[in-house]
Amino acid sequence: MDRMPAWADAVLVPLFSLVLAAILSALVIIGIGEDPVAAFKLMVDGALMRSSGWGYTLYYATNFIFTGLAVAVAFHARMFNIGGEGQAMIGGLGVALVCLYLPWPHWTLALLGSAAGAALFGALWALIPAYLQAKRGSHIVITTIMFNFIAAALLNYILVNLLRPPGAMDPASANFPEATHLPTFRDMFSTADTILFRGAPANVTFFIAVLACVLVWLLMWRTRLGYEIRAFGHSESAAKYAGIAPVRITVVAMLISGALAGLMALNTTQGESERLILNATEGAGFIGIAVALMGRSHPVGVFLAAILFGFLYQGGAELALWTNIPRELIVVIQALVILFTGALDNMVRMPLERLFLAFRRKEG
Amino acid sequence: MARTGAVSAAIELKGISKAFGPVQANKDISIRVIPGTIHGIIGENGAGKSTLMSILYGFYKADKGEIFIQGHKTQIPDSQAAIAAGIGMVFQHFKLVPNFTVLENVILGAEDGALLKPSIAKARKALTDLAEEYELKIDPDAVVETLSVGHQQRVEILKALYRQADILILDEPTGVLTPAEADQLFRILNRLREEGKTIILITHKLREIMDITDTVSVMRRGEMTATVKTSETSPDQLAELMVGRKVLLRVDKQPAQPGAPVLKIHDLRVVDKDGVERVKGIDLEVRAGEILGIAGVAGNGQSELLEVLGGFRAATGTIEMNGQPIDLTGKHSDGQSRRARGIAHVPEDRQREGLIMDFHAWENVAFGYHHDPAYQSGPLMNNAAIKADTERKMEKFDVRPPNPMLTAKNFSGGNQQKIVVAREIERNPDLLLVGQPTRGVDIGAIEFIHQQIVSLRDAGKAVLLVSVELDEILSLSDRVAVMFDGHVMGERDPKQTDEKELGLLMAGITEMPDKPIIEAVEEQLKAKQAREAAQHG
Amino acid sequence: MDLLTILQVLDSTVRLATPLLLACLAGLFSERAGIIDIGLEGKMLGSAFFAAAIASLSGSVWLGLLAGIGASLVLSAIHGLASITYRGNQLISGLAITMLAQGMTVLIAQDWFKQGGRTPSLEGGARFEPITLPFAEALQGVPVLGPIYHDLISGHTILVYVAFIMVPVTWWVLFRTRFGLRLRAVGENPAAVDTAGVSVVGLRFAAVMICGVLCGLAGAYLATGLQAGFVKEMTAGRGYIALAALIFAKWRPWYALYACLLFGLLQAVALRYQNIDLGAFVLPVQFMDALPYILTVVILAGFVGKAIPPRAGGEPYVKER
Repeated sequence: MDRMPAWADAVLVPLFSLVLAAILSALVIIGIGEDPVAAFKLMVDGALMRSSGWGYTLYYATNFIFTGLAVAVAFHARMFNIGGEGQAMIGGLGVALVCLYLPWPHWTLALLGSAAGAALFGALWALIPAYLQAKRGSHIVITTIMFNFIAAALLNYILVNLLRPPGAMDPASANFPEATHLPTFRDMFSTADTILFRGAPANVTFFIAVLACVLVWLLMWRTRLGYEIRAFGHSESAAKYAGIAPVRITVVAMLISGALAGLMALNTTQGESERLILNATEGAGFIGIAVALMGRSHPVGVFLAAILFGFLYQGGAELALWTNIPRELIVVIQALVILFTGALDNMVRMPLERLFLAFRRKEG
Repeated sequence: MARTGAVSAAIELKGISKAFGPVQANKDISIRVIPGTIHGIIGENGAGKSTLMSILYGFYKADKGEIFIQGHKTQIPDSQAAIAAGIGMVFQHFKLVPNFTVLENVILGAEDGALLKPSIAKARKALTDLAEEYELKIDPDAVVETLSVGHQQRVEILKALYRQADILILDEPTGVLTPAEADQLFRILNRLREEGKTIILITHKLREIMDITDTVSVMRRGEMTATVKTSETSPDQLAELMVGRKVLLRVDKQPAQPGAPVLKIHDLRVVDKDGVERVKGIDLEVRAGEILGIAGVAGNGQSELLEVLGGFRAATGTIEMNGQPIDLTGKHSDGQSRRARGIAHVPEDRQREGLIMDFHAWENVAFGYHHDPAYQSGPLMNNAAIKADTERKMEKFDVRPPNPMLTAKNFSGGNQQKIVVAREIERNPDLLLVGQPTRGVDIGAIEFIHQQIVSLRDAGKAVLLVSVELDEILSLSDRVAVMFDGHVMGERDPKQTDEKELGLLMAGITEMPDKPIIEAVEEQLKAKQAREAAQHG
Repeated sequence: MDLLTILQVLDSTVRLATPLLLACLAGLFSERAGIIDIGLEGKMLGSAFFAAAIASLSGSVWLGLLAGIGASLVLSAIHGLASITYRGNQLISGLAITMLAQGMTVLIAQDWFKQGGRTPSLEGGARFEPITLPFAEALQGVPVLGPIYHDLISGHTILVYVAFIMVPVTWWVLFRTRFGLRLRAVGENPAAVDTAGVSVVGLRFAAVMICGVLCGLAGAYLATGLQAGFVKEMTAGRGYIALAALIFAKWRPWYALYACLLFGLLQAVALRYQNIDLGAFVLPVQFMDALPYILTVVILAGFVGKAIPPRAGGEPYVKER
């Protein structure tokens, strides 16, 4: 018998973890001499009470949906893809090449092209670690960490030596042509009378992220490939027995994961900066881990967790602007969430299980 | 101080109870073990034998009850306390460090000081003495992973004796041994008894209980149902006490009506990933309407044979299925292609291979057959169709509870195995591969599964059965082939052979040796280990 | 290239290899006991900050060192709690600990010093001073050997010598003591240790804490020896390079020394030469930066011999019936 119903495990453990992380973060805020209640209020005001705040929250959430899904798909195949950061960086390179070197008549077509470029480049960057894991048993956690560093060095080289326009100082590509610029939420939702999402970077990519959630759900729970990925993730030996090829599943799952991480670059590179810059990913690959853990690797959970982290990110930016609390507070919260949901989950689960067992005894 | 009877018991348990969540593993168990005897504990899988012994060895804390060792009430909160109380335990799965030497394994946890050198020297001397006293000869500097299983078990016994254990508990010790090695083990146990040691033998094999124990306790569903003198009981009575009803120890079946050959294997060879040759050129044939049983101790190539046939291990040689060769290394050598050729497979380890323990029953019923067009609708899987199919199969095979939405791990071992058997047999295969069909399965389910296998045979299908249980091989098979060290040592008619003859074949001995049997057996096993080690390097 | 240049590069190699070596041996203790630690980076970072901060506030590098070790031990304790006590995922725990250190160091640095997440530059007694070994000055004139002794072997801070001495010490502890035997056993088969009546939890915590002390030394050396103060994310992936060195070394102490010296040399060359002109083509500095990571991948791919990690690594120990 399970000690706790599945729904409780899926919902209560992340929520309880979040509460723990929130309490500890509040203590940290008190420790640096600020008021946690006021800080939280400031975060809510800045991130949720204005349409421009939402514009930032959803912009960040878009990134985290992609990287969260990337980590989640790999998790289903029992692989820990820490390489989302690098895959997203290289995905950005794909976007930049498509936008800069192909003539696009309209943003819709450009979006299709750059999505293909982002996914392809992201997937390629995941291919080598995937292949090494599948064929040579090289631990994917270590190889993807290494590939993050290699991606950073490679991107640095390409931006400084190849893509930087003559005479420019900062390591960045030229601006993308006008026709590739994506419509922002402001463009889409403002009316003649009211301007919504003023100055916020949220753009049409958000809807692609939502679509990605739906597609990943279909893939994982309604297709044979998803069935095979999940079966492989639960038991490699059983998968072999059933005629599921481990090498194929490892590589395919990582390609999908890398492609999803790469797609994040649509939002940052094409949607926001409209050129390729050095640090476009800003750690979103790592936040994807927190999002996937918190969302229990399920697209619905990933979506909700991504919105939550979008809020934290935007709220954190507000804090850094108006108080003495640096943005790194968000890194701490993110670390705590990962710790509680991914490593100390048994500590969080045990009291909950006891509660359920006691409850059941009472009933019985 | 508890004194009942003339001598205080070596071990006395009073009213031991232990629950895991809602499962009551031990219920109010009391037992007295007389010093200097061999006391058997027998029971079905899941009867609570191992839990009881784990309590005695400090692995679990009993919810209720008292433990008396040599008459003294004793608390055993951990293994350290058990060792201090003079208890030694030989687990079913050895607790050895594979890349340590025998000496290092023996002193681990019983070192004499902070530095290793003096401890090692002392243990070397002690081991020599023990070897003489109990016929437990072993090379103290051998690395454990290079030893045969029987010798690894010897290291476990030495570990206990080095810690001055007076009470030795052995959990299913013969499961991994050839019959000759098992006999040798029993000789050692007898010797230990003569020296005044007390031995508790946990087993599910009635024969062993009858052969060696003085007293036997029977467990069923967490309770101790009886304790009797071995000389005053019979296998039939014990079986009934174990199961709670009369059981048929023999499978009821008609003589086989073999037809044309379905499976033909010629010169099959398997080399594993470490470069060790596991199957060394075997020839076998299975005909329609017969069960070919493969006997042998685990690790002699039977598993690899099943894996090749099931499509998840590469091999060389030729295999013909219904007269057509099957692909052994190429694109069509996977499990999917095998299933398409009419081969179904009940694998040896249902938890690691046959089932995804975290999947629902319905997802497991599609497992391996998830490409079946009946399970699809367009590009997506038709989950409703799979669930309906699952309900039908669960009912037909009496899986309890018949709930397709239940996760596999929440079924009992017997019901898990029924799900696997239902999935494979209901495909109506030409050839059924069956590995260890009743391992960890209760007797009720064993009878049911055996019947299903026999009726598939009677429907004119071929069955290849691999089992380490000689009883099972002898009662189910129409022909028996014995494997040792990757070779088929010979084929026998189960009606015209016995355990002794098969036991020798299982150790690679084809004719009666002119020296003591155990010497011949150990020579064979040592040679096998050496060959493997040589290939490994 | 003359002797002086070679000596300068090698001297820099020794300095750069020191934090790698300490972290690598830290990981060795932990992983030999079956606890995988990808949080070496975070522990070094935490230690680097607290070592610099306390040294700066107190003016004593020794107090700083203690604070650094203390910070690293706290993070180790969290890792132990997650991966030993609560049998959690060791990889995720290590990652979370690194992130925690990345966030907390900047938060606290900003609160204490208000310099954008760095500490003030350390001076005088707040830094480790180089030690001149006996006769270094006197022997300087001896051809070849003199300069080697004076420039390369002498003149490092105490932690450099500690790091190098730790190599034989680690070997001796692992292979010649009771503790080492048990530690290796618990990394191979914890059930053997448990049934022998030795506490798996105790052993693994001991290993994780030793790992914490060594990471503490590594971090303190970074901030108070190699450099003069803490800056944001100053470990710059060294924890991961140490991890790579550990795999390269196949979890053996002497090989760890060689691997760390190699990676130290790569860093020293990258630091000194930037773009390297090889005549036919120029090796860009980014390539040199990425080289340790590329090398690690090549090693992991098993092209330089197969590395077999401790068998129980990464698996939480659960008693079996």
